[in-house]
Amino acid sequence: MTMTKPEAETVTSTPIANSLTAGRLPTPAPWIILGTAIAVSAALFAVLGVASGAGFDWGGAIIVGGLLYVPSIWLFSRLVEGGRRAKDRLVTALVTGAFLLAMIPLISLAITVVTFGLARFDAEFFNSSMRNVTGEGGGALHAIVGTLLMTGAAAIISIPIGLLTSIYLVEYGRGRLAQGITFLVDVMTGIPSIVAGLFAYALFAIFFGPGIRLGIAGAVALSVLMIPVVVRSSEEMLRLVPNELREAAYALGVPKWLTIVKVVLPTSIAGITTGIMLSIARVIGETAPLLIAAGFTQSMNYNLFEGRMSSLPVFVYTQYANQGNPPEAYLDRAWAAALTLILIVMALNLLARLVARFFAPKFGR
Amino acid sequence: MSKRIEVRDLNVYYSKFLAVEGVSLEIEPRSVTAFIGPSGCGKSTFLRTLNRMHEVIPGARVEGEVLIDGNNLYDPDVDPVLVRRQVGMVFQRPNPFPTMSIKENVLAGVKLNNAKISRSDADALVEQSLRGANLWNEVKDRLDRPGSGLSGGQQQRLCIARAIAVSPEVILMDEPCSALDPISTLAIEDLIEELKQQYTIVIVTHNMQQASRVSDKTAFFNIAGTGKPGKLIEYDATTTMFSNPSVKATEDYVSGRFG
Amino acid sequence: MSSAATTIKAKQRPGDRVFSGSAVFAGSMILVTLAAVAIFLIVQSIPALFATSDEASILTTNFWDYVLPLLFGTIWAAALALLMALPVSIGIALFISHYAPRRLASVLGYIVDLLAAVPSVVFGLWGIGVLAPAIQPVYSWLVTNLGWFPLFAGPVSGTGRTILTAAVVLAVMVLPIMTAICREVFLQTPVLHEEAALALGATRWEMIRMSVLPFGRSGIISASVLGLGRALGETMAVAMVLSASGVISFQLLTSVNPSTIAANIALSFPEAYGLNVNVLIATGLILFVVTFAVNAFARWIVSRRKEFSGAN
Repeated sequence: MTMTKPEAETVTSTPIANSLTAGRLPTPAPWIILGTAIAVSAALFAVLGVASGAGFDWGGAIIVGGLLYVPSIWLFSRLVEGGRRAKDRLVTALVTGAFLLAMIPLISLAITVVTFGLARFDAEFFNSSMRNVTGEGGGALHAIVGTLLMTGAAAIISIPIGLLTSIYLVEYGRGRLAQGITFLVDVMTGIPSIVAGLFAYALFAIFFGPGIRLGIAGAVALSVLMIPVVVRSSEEMLRLVPNELREAAYALGVPKWLTIVKVVLPTSIAGITTGIMLSIARVIGETAPLLIAAGFTQSMNYNLFEGRMSSLPVFVYTQYANQGNPPEAYLDRAWAAALTLILIVMALNLLARLVARFFAPKFGR
Repeated sequence: MSKRIEVRDLNVYYSKFLAVEGVSLEIEPRSVTAFIGPSGCGKSTFLRTLNRMHEVIPGARVEGEVLIDGNNLYDPDVDPVLVRRQVGMVFQRPNPFPTMSIKENVLAGVKLNNAKISRSDADALVEQSLRGANLWNEVKDRLDRPGSGLSGGQQQRLCIARAIAVSPEVILMDEPCSALDPISTLAIEDLIEELKQQYTIVIVTHNMQQASRVSDKTAFFNIAGTGKPGKLIEYDATTTMFSNPSVKATEDYVSGRFG
Repeated sequence: MSSAATTIKAKQRPGDRVFSGSAVFAGSMILVTLAAVAIFLIVQSIPALFATSDEASILTTNFWDYVLPLLFGTIWAAALALLMALPVSIGIALFISHYAPRRLASVLGYIVDLLAAVPSVVFGLWGIGVLAPAIQPVYSWLVTNLGWFPLFAGPVSGTGRTILTAAVVLAVMVLPIMTAICREVFLQTPVLHEEAALALGATRWEMIRMSVLPFGRSGIISASVLGLGRALGETMAVAMVLSASGVISFQLLTSVNPSTIAANIALSFPEAYGLNVNVLIATGLILFVVTFAVNAFARWIVSRRKEFSGAN
């Protein structure tokens, strides 16, 4: 490892010496500088690793190498090309670095969730609940069912309200009521998810007494979060429908409501479906409101209106938070549930984008 | 089939702004009437008041009377939806419904009104309307393809077929050829010539040659300046308007000497 | 067709009435829901505001002493997250809008959006299982070498579950929305402005500084305020990552950290009973008010921008 350092330096020195006369760094220069920076950093880490007796840290070496690259490209460019170009190159390096920086958590997350999640991503996980399970084994079927039931109920509440509200705002809304509703939808978009959970709890506590936890309460909490998203996205899609189509229908003597049902909605249905699926993807991962309003349980519960109901995100949390013995079994279940959850959300996102791409009407202009 | 239109002292407002002032004219049945005039003079706005389409724009309202065979369109208990079934409209840009096939587009006026129609009647209506719009021969093999796949001129004739499928009395055309190439324009003009056997046609156009080619009577609208209302300057037989107009402004406009 | 002249005097349309009626009804449901949220929260909160430690076991003295450190922690964590996320998201947005190859841009944007699809509980799991252990050596180094700087004062946390770690996770979570808004605004920069700058011989960075950033300034501000709103209300990631102890402390790297309102509710609610529930709901109400104020500020900025740009 100690050999890399001098080697890399001899490589870089030649092209830079030549390009001094041209007044501009040659095209491969940034890459060579980057390579050198990473090599230097790797050498440094190797020395430190040997000195401290710990292993070689690849991630650290690459990150430090990248950090080293930023001042070196500036310095070289400053010497060869002058201050303005140097600043430009510095910003290019920083901006690219920002993007790569954001990729670190994404890639790390993906790798972790897949590697840890696959340990318990088996048949038992999907066909059994946690009833009477301590330690190893058990599954998340009760949580999956709960998630589907509560998200489904939330969708049944939110889609009609959200869609009709957006129709009101686009097709009928005039004056103060429309302005007021637009404002309130904005406010609703900003409600923290935990506050939505508290609201659902408070609402049901009034009728059923304190301490109540119901699947339907969870669904109500999710609806509060989902409605504004549905309104926003549907509104945007309805506004994209050209006014000419509405006028064409009016000119044929079609009443307004039939124009909306038979012309405006079919034209925008792909976009509206996409928006609704994305809103479902957004609430299906919500944890806090369900933890508060629906609680958690170890057993199957198919009834929204009676008893506590688990959900996948809450399952992840409770498996993590209430680790028993052996703790690995609980953590493995948590990761497997996290993997399932991410797969569901990704699938919904992908499906939504496919719908948007393949079912959107072509306006032919 | 066709009807006589009588307009009496009509003012059109957008909220407080007076857009068209004091228009009175009579349009004979089975004739083609052209509205000409500079941009912004209110001719399209006025055209839209003939089937109450201006009401789609918030704040738009009218004063005065529009009589179709003696019935006032602006009577308080008149349903604008029924008005529009009698007075059809074709727009500047062709606007077939993108979610519907050619056939469904022609039947749109019937189907959208939830009317029941038997299969054979529907096929007959489609053929009759498309023949009426001189489009049948071009599309008879692909009636189930989307209407947006046609060329611009074909789309516009499809829109005309769609308008005549609901058997209106009057057809309003708002610059129907301004988005089309010369050959498609010619096809539409031929079609207008045929349609006038059956319908009363009112057409707004910026093209003076087109007005002189297709219309029997011509109305010239003008505006005194920005912010002022548009007015009907002169209304006469087309030949008179283009050869021997009585108002100086008309003469300037039709001869192209207009600022 | 002669009958048409008589039918022209028509009746009202029931379909239109029913349809517009239900649309108005749905719109009003929004109003009702929001009013219900406010009313229920207020009603449930009132008993807590005057509670003492005798009545609610969760309190040590009174309600305000309980909520103040939480409020501080909420704002502190969100502000730290914003401080980290803002430059990065501007950088990413610029990278996607002006640096990356055109064909790659939308794909890269989609990749950043993927971060938004990750549920917060998974972020929590990742923060505690991966990020905290990985970042702890950095914290040790900071405390040893830069401990004289007040924010980095020791003793260092052995687990890495400090407020800074929580803020890093929050920053990652608000990154997609902030990037999306910045990107959109940057892409709207008039091409003429950009070309004018380039024609003067400006480098790419000078062009961005002269035309893109001034044009996008209000967009950047509203992105940061919306990101702040998200960070304030984020619950699970903080609840899982942070090892909190209900103090007011600016130190970033110790094991004594302030908690946040949302995380505290999530952690305490499942075991809460009696007046404790009301106390937690009251803290939720305060969180609601704070996020409402932040979002209102964001809206105000956006509406002001519309006036300036002349759009709409």
